[in-house]
Amino acid sequence: MDQKRLKVGWFTFSCCEDSTIIFTELLNQHYMDWKNKIEFVHAKVLQTHNRWEKMDVAFVEGAIASKDQEEKLKKIRSLATKLVAIGACACTGMPSAQRNHFDDATKEEIKVLLDAFSQADKVKTLEEVVPVDEKVQGCPMVESQFLMVLNKYLKEFKII
Amino acid sequence: MHTTNADISIEELSKIEGAASCEMKIRDGKLTECHFGIDEMRRFFTTAIRGKPVTGVPGAVARICGTCSNAHLLCSLKTIESAIGITPTSQTMILRQLLNFGLIIRDHALHLYVFVLPDLFNRDSILAFDEQNPQEHQLLHDCFDMKEAGNKLSIIAGGRSVHAPTPRIGGFSKIPKKEDLAALIPKLESSREKIIRLIGIFLKSDLKLETDASFLALVNHDFSFLDGVLTTSGGTAINPADVMVRLERTQLSYSQASSYKLDGKIHMVGALARLNLNRAALHPNTKHDAAEALSAFPSKNIFHNNLAQAIEILHAIDASIDLIHHYEALDEKIPESIKTEESVGIGIIEAPRGILFHRYEITPDATIRKAKIIVPTGQNQAGIEAAIRDWVQNNLDKSEEEIKKNVEMIVRAYDPCMSCASHFLKLKVER
Repeated sequence: MDQKRLKVGWFTFSCCEDSTIIFTELLNQHYMDWKNKIEFVHAKVLQTHNRWEKMDVAFVEGAIASKDQEEKLKKIRSLATKLVAIGACACTGMPSAQRNHFDDATKEEIKVLLDAFSQADKVKTLEEVVPVDEKVQGCPMVESQFLMVLNKYLKEFKII
Repeated sequence: MHTTNADISIEELSKIEGAASCEMKIRDGKLTECHFGIDEMRRFFTTAIRGKPVTGVPGAVARICGTCSNAHLLCSLKTIESAIGITPTSQTMILRQLLNFGLIIRDHALHLYVFVLPDLFNRDSILAFDEQNPQEHQLLHDCFDMKEAGNKLSIIAGGRSVHAPTPRIGGFSKIPKKEDLAALIPKLESSREKIIRLIGIFLKSDLKLETDASFLALVNHDFSFLDGVLTTSGGTAINPADVMVRLERTQLSYSQASSYKLDGKIHMVGALARLNLNRAALHPNTKHDAAEALSAFPSKNIFHNNLAQAIEILHAIDASIDLIHHYEALDEKIPESIKTEESVGIGIIEAPRGILFHRYEITPDATIRKAKIIVPTGQNQAGIEAAIRDWVQNNLDKSEEEIKKNVEMIVRAYDPCMSCASHFLKLKVER
């Protein structure tokens, strides 16, 4: 397999992982086409040996709910030439960010749990932490938008 | 060899639904501490739906988990309908079962082919299977075909395989066409030989780790996943109203998710529990073609949870084919308005990973006053920890790599869902 392949990472933060499920279902139809065009350098849902290394595109789902997640997202950004926000939580924060909108009494009620597990006071979108190159909206992500972005990068990185 | 003190850590456990952590201390050749915790950042769904109209709740709580979203959706509908006194039509129940069987096929297939099978073939990933090897080539393609069959079934029944948009309180907003569902029958029928092949692989597997846990499952006449009598391995029926009390919650300092025990003792939910307690209700064709595999049950071997899931896929296929034949696509409407009074609803279904409980207190103006949700992984959490402890204590002479690999395989056997909890498992062993 000598053909140059797009180096892709798939990462998940705070969310329900619905777009990961959609992504694994897209493999049903597209894997035979993608296997010679895409190399998964990091995709925990698919493989055990994942690498923290330079990649062409990082697809990132989920909102950012802690300092540790912020640092991890910055690390991904530093390794990825392009970073794509995947799904509603990554793009808009919601519904993972629903606690941002609780009233003061409810915020006080949940504070003990936030403190106990080092969760940030506010849940953030990816764009509030790092620059984002593309967004694939939807809850779960809209498949056609994802395929459009992927194909765009396959061309941009001269894979096809 | 680690017979005295040592530190081992695994971070980012792969091929599970979500994330968890496991920390172990081994001192003087003995396992002195074993903490299995779930690290999901809490998203406070039961808090967020307080005061919200019940009509929006099923779609909202589906977002607890992308993996089991339609299970949460169906459990939420059942809970609300039980509170406000709506009895779904038989057609609605057929469509809900089809939606759920699609989920069972797709979700179990993801777990078995993508997460578990690479362990049995010593591969890093299903995508690393050797296409020149006839068996591995076959299984790779079986994986995609099987997931696709489940995915398509859910899409046609509910409009989408994740966060299905058409199921509503009292029915479906869009009635699927009979011909669209009937068109799936050839794909479902051709999937039978694939899953029978997988059942054979798990039947031959010699992985064994027995649990002392009791089992908890819905027992019914048709293995529908959506109804039945909550029953323990002793055969005792549990009143739904009592179960929230009998499930004792423990907030562990090292876990974001609450851990539950039944009457203070570890219990197990999921496919193994269902096969142990309700296998007589499987579809006759499933019982016929999986007879040899079914002779392995009842079983205390946690790795038989994989075998049980494979058998459940076959049942979901056989039962779906029957349901599609009976489906008439009647033009049924959903209720235009919902009348409520002060009420309490309890919904219990079998999600792919086991018993799922929703309980809502509903106000006269049809909003949620209070909600409680108990997910399967919270119930299995203590059992997973006990199984890890049991295996490690008896295998302290194994290499660090072997311990890591086996701990991951034990966790995977339970098929935990950490989106209802987490995103990676950090395993830290201190010796």
